[in-house]
Amino acid sequence: MMSLLALFISAIFVNNIILSRFLGCCPFLGVSSKLETAKGMGIAVIFVTVMASLMTWSAYEFILVPLGLEYLYTLSFILIIAALVQFVEIVLKKLQPGLYKSLGIFLPLITTNCAVLGVAVLNMNEKYSLLQSLVHALGASLGFLLAIILMAGIRERIETNQNIPKCMRGLPIALITAGLMSIAFMGFIGIIK
Amino acid sequence: MRNPLKLIKNGIFTENPIFVFVLGLCPALATTSSATNGFGMGIAATMVLMGSNVAISAIRKIIPDEIRIPAYIVVIAGFVTVIQLLITAYAPTLDRSLGIFIPLIVVNCIILARAEAFASKNSVMDSLFDGIGMGLGFTLALTFVGSVRELLGNGTIFAFRIMPSAYQPALLFILAPGGFITLGILIALFRYIQIRKEECATGEDSAYDGWEKLGGCDGCGLNAVCGGGDSSVTCTEENKEADA
Repeated sequence: MMSLLALFISAIFVNNIILSRFLGCCPFLGVSSKLETAKGMGIAVIFVTVMASLMTWSAYEFILVPLGLEYLYTLSFILIIAALVQFVEIVLKKLQPGLYKSLGIFLPLITTNCAVLGVAVLNMNEKYSLLQSLVHALGASLGFLLAIILMAGIRERIETNQNIPKCMRGLPIALITAGLMSIAFMGFIGIIK
Repeated sequence: MRNPLKLIKNGIFTENPIFVFVLGLCPALATTSSATNGFGMGIAATMVLMGSNVAISAIRKIIPDEIRIPAYIVVIAGFVTVIQLLITAYAPTLDRSLGIFIPLIVVNCIILARAEAFASKNSVMDSLFDGIGMGLGFTLALTFVGSVRELLGNGTIFAFRIMPSAYQPALLFILAPGGFITLGILIALFRYIQIRKEECATGEDSAYDGWEKLGGCDGCGLNAVCGGGDSSVTCTEENKEADA
């Protein structure tokens, strides 16, 4: 039980998926200019990452390993994720139109979000059990939500600053902000042994 | 057929995927802790890009338009698996240092963007040279970022000592934060040069506004599909239905 908690905390803070593993940088920088959109993106990522971890773990254990096709994991994981995203999109559209309006727009972005595939591959590399995989996926995607919301909050403020030199405006200053956040997150190293 | 040299030059300078389009940031940040790693990642991505561009361009007339993105992803994933097996067999050290970023070439937006924006509209030979150009542009950018980080963080480039032995390396640069900060400063320098050039040519203040080009989504090939989370783009079909 303790080890699961440690895994969860370390996935959120110590090995933050964006700030220390560099997964999912494109949406982190592309969709973080407004707090509302950042929140929507983060929640959509949590949803898809956890579902995808469940599906990829099962596919790996029950299909690829018995058939001796482990080397095809890249191909099968990305197909599973793409199909899953499509499926979620269709289901949400039919059953929860309200939720679809707020989350649906992020779904096409998520297929090519390396955070989702990255978590699935990490689960496989670390040989996590199903429960560990789900906890790791939930922790990692909560870490994503945390980082993207912090970033959006900071960016809403710096964008009104006219003193920033022209060449630094936009992406460069956002990258440097992310660097400083990453230094802050390095402070968490050591809370988990 | 277009001039192959022009296509290659276009990929390296005019449309450099990292410094101009800002695509594929994840590998550009994660695998540039040393020049060797950056170079290895660049070459691996170039191989995949060449293969996928040629294959997609060859089958572009067969793929139905509605399912083109999943079809591209399957082709790309196939090439990534091939490259991954080759790297594991012949370059095990590179395999260990790049780790999870080799399978993640599948979701590298440069490759999908070139498939969508170039290979699906152009002939096989043109797509091959576009792949080489874009791949080299990516490789050069990654090697450059990797060299800067390795020089500041370890005092070496490609493991050759450059700095005098009295130099105290700034370890921060080869750790995670150094990746963000180095890339941020390099992109800013690149834009500074562009702005100065424009101002010298026109003699007026540049109208360039960095905030407009905020997103990493600008050059992404999927931008027309998802609009970087902009609902007016993704919901075009619903809007059409509502209008009708």
